[in-house]
Amino acid sequence: MIDSHLPALIALTFVLFSILIPIFGLWKPKSSQPLAVLGSGIASVLSLYAFATYLQTGSIRYFFGGWEPPVGIEFVYDGLSGFFVLVINVVAFFVFIHSRKVARTEYPGKEMPYFALAMLALLGFNGMILTGDLFNLYVFLEISSLASYGLIAIGSRPAPYAAFRYLIIGTAGGTLYLLGVGFLYTVTGTLNIIDMAAMLPTFATNTAVVAALVLMVVGIGVKAALFPLHGWLPDSYTFASSSSSALIAPIGTKVAAYILFRIVFYLFGVELTDAVAPITTVIGVLAAIGILYGSIMAIAQTEMKRMLAYSSVSQIGYIIMGLSLANPLGFAGALLHVLNHAVMKACLFLVAGNLRMKEGHSDISKFDDSYRKKYPWTMASFSVAAISMVGLPPLAGFFSKWYLALGTIDNENWIFLAVILISSLLNAVYFFRILEKVYMMNPKKDQKEAADAKRNEVSFSMMFPTSVLAIALIVIGFANAAIVGILFNIFPM
Amino acid sequence: MRRQDESPIVVLGSRLLSPYIMLFGLYVIFFGHYSPGGGFQGGTLLAASVLLIRLAGGRRVSRLQIQEFATTPLAVFGVIIYFSTGLVAMIMGGYFLDYEMLPFTGMEPAMVRYWGILIIEVGIGLAVMAILVMIYDNMVKGEDYA
Amino acid sequence: MLDFFLGHYAYWFVIILMCVGLYGILFKKNLVKKTIGLAIFQTSVVLYFVSIASKWGATVPVKDSNIPVEQAANYLNPLPHTLMLTAIVVGVATLGVAFTLIMAIYNRYETLDEQELLEKIQ
Repeated sequence: MIDSHLPALIALTFVLFSILIPIFGLWKPKSSQPLAVLGSGIASVLSLYAFATYLQTGSIRYFFGGWEPPVGIEFVYDGLSGFFVLVINVVAFFVFIHSRKVARTEYPGKEMPYFALAMLALLGFNGMILTGDLFNLYVFLEISSLASYGLIAIGSRPAPYAAFRYLIIGTAGGTLYLLGVGFLYTVTGTLNIIDMAAMLPTFATNTAVVAALVLMVVGIGVKAALFPLHGWLPDSYTFASSSSSALIAPIGTKVAAYILFRIVFYLFGVELTDAVAPITTVIGVLAAIGILYGSIMAIAQTEMKRMLAYSSVSQIGYIIMGLSLANPLGFAGALLHVLNHAVMKACLFLVAGNLRMKEGHSDISKFDDSYRKKYPWTMASFSVAAISMVGLPPLAGFFSKWYLALGTIDNENWIFLAVILISSLLNAVYFFRILEKVYMMNPKKDQKEAADAKRNEVSFSMMFPTSVLAIALIVIGFANAAIVGILFNIFPM
Repeated sequence: MRRQDESPIVVLGSRLLSPYIMLFGLYVIFFGHYSPGGGFQGGTLLAASVLLIRLAGGRRVSRLQIQEFATTPLAVFGVIIYFSTGLVAMIMGGYFLDYEMLPFTGMEPAMVRYWGILIIEVGIGLAVMAILVMIYDNMVKGEDYA
Repeated sequence: MLDFFLGHYAYWFVIILMCVGLYGILFKKNLVKKTIGLAIFQTSVVLYFVSIASKWGATVPVKDSNIPVEQAANYLNPLPHTLMLTAIVVGVATLGVAFTLIMAIYNRYETLDEQELLEKIQ
């Protein structure tokens, strides 16, 4: 009985806990974080179970209110949405475990609003992924965006200004998406994705449909931090608190990339997307420029969270470039990179949170080699995640770049292949710089720093998620054949 | 908005007008499923009637009507009404928010849906009113003019 | 040519409002004026949706016992109106968050002008 209700239950768990956290939080403020861990834990278990059920039985369509699809709103749980829901819920669970100590130091007294907002943000992300109705997607997009603005504003002193800039740009993007939905509704008369995908081939050259596609891509591109529209990202991720960055950075842009996948592959289809305007080519070129831009800007940064923010701009470029290739290998590479990047970026931001908790800053120019004595587990997790970001086998990052490279060779797109290889080298520059500072002894300076340092590792609740995510990268690297086998089955052709 | 002394005309006018706005707001909520109206619009009108007293009379007077700490539990209560209606429908065997499965006995299915919509509109109206009043309270918190 | 302008006057209103809103977001330096520009931009999209719901010679979508059930096309299309109810509420919530952020910025930096804010943050 629970099987048929699974798509709704994953989203409703977050609604339930976003009601429980204010009630219990007004009574006892310390109980907000355990409730948040419990909520995301239940949602992770449900999404694992749902994905296992999907692999056996097939996709589930859930009609709200009992109204059948063209009339009512539905949730569609197929391979693509199941995969994304699984990734974001499991990553969010580990970030919430980590946020226990951070909540006490970085924003004391604001725990109840913070975790309630986090639950609402995850409700918005899950709803965006699961829904099968275009306007419902806009509503969940705005729910998750408003909660993200609040989460980013609870941070350091310039945080509200960064959140305000993100608000203006993000709401303008959402409104452009809404206008695109309006154009599609005017032409076809329906808002359901599956229904509209059957109707669109007859309207392929109507100017309203072309305009709708462009508007939707631009509007969602703002949220996905596609190259020229990424301006909100560095400030927002830098000034937010450690657990906000670790929550929003791995998840937010991926969900916007999911919407792009849904629109380009499922709603319009690849032939229709390129029929009148070369949209996939333009998106691919912008993504390639974004990859190089993000990597070069990341090399120039001295503060670790800002460097990771520019690195996020670069990595989302990989995913969107895989989308623009529009063949099975590129698709599998892009989805595998979604999984890998979510785990890697969460691990890296949690490491930054650990360093900020112990040292008070995460400024790279002040790193020295006493860190390897003081924080052995944290720096080990950082090393695993950094090597995976660069893309060395057998860690997870290598395989997603491998499949992306195979996809570019399939399309005979040699420029993209060169971009992937050059950006891997640039990634190596800014990550190995930190590894060199921490692990190699500086021959000019006095060697007393490392000798005197005592072990001062962070507490278990902060070290555990960081290490688990780092170990997960090794596991995903070894199990990548099975994962890619599943991903090839999801491709809609 | 620095007040030296309150203007009796403003206070009298708002005191006379506010109950009627509240009554009209309740009317709009309860006629939402049958004529133009519904939870959002009615909730906004209810909030307007409360905010009128807050603007005209200041915090000291409006605390007699709705306390400032009471808005958060009211908003959560409105969401609980909405969510539990859907949950009851789901437990009784239907989809989420399938009003046909609500346990009202002895009514034809169309009337059960009628009552289901009414219950969630009341929940939405309560939540919208509490939240709009909460936004205003947060903005003037700590100011010495009202 | 005149027919192109007069026949589509609803769309021209939408375009003019969108341009006013975008001008407010891009060229005004005060944060409150940017928020007002955003609200105008959202209102223009609401106007577009409501304009596509109307039909010649149709009546309001409230059930009238004089019109039999088979002639349901005599009513206006109520779906865009309900979608826009939700969109307006989303706009109100966005304005609420925007003004709370503006108050937090003002409490920390004592100014709401974007140039001065950028200098104070750096």
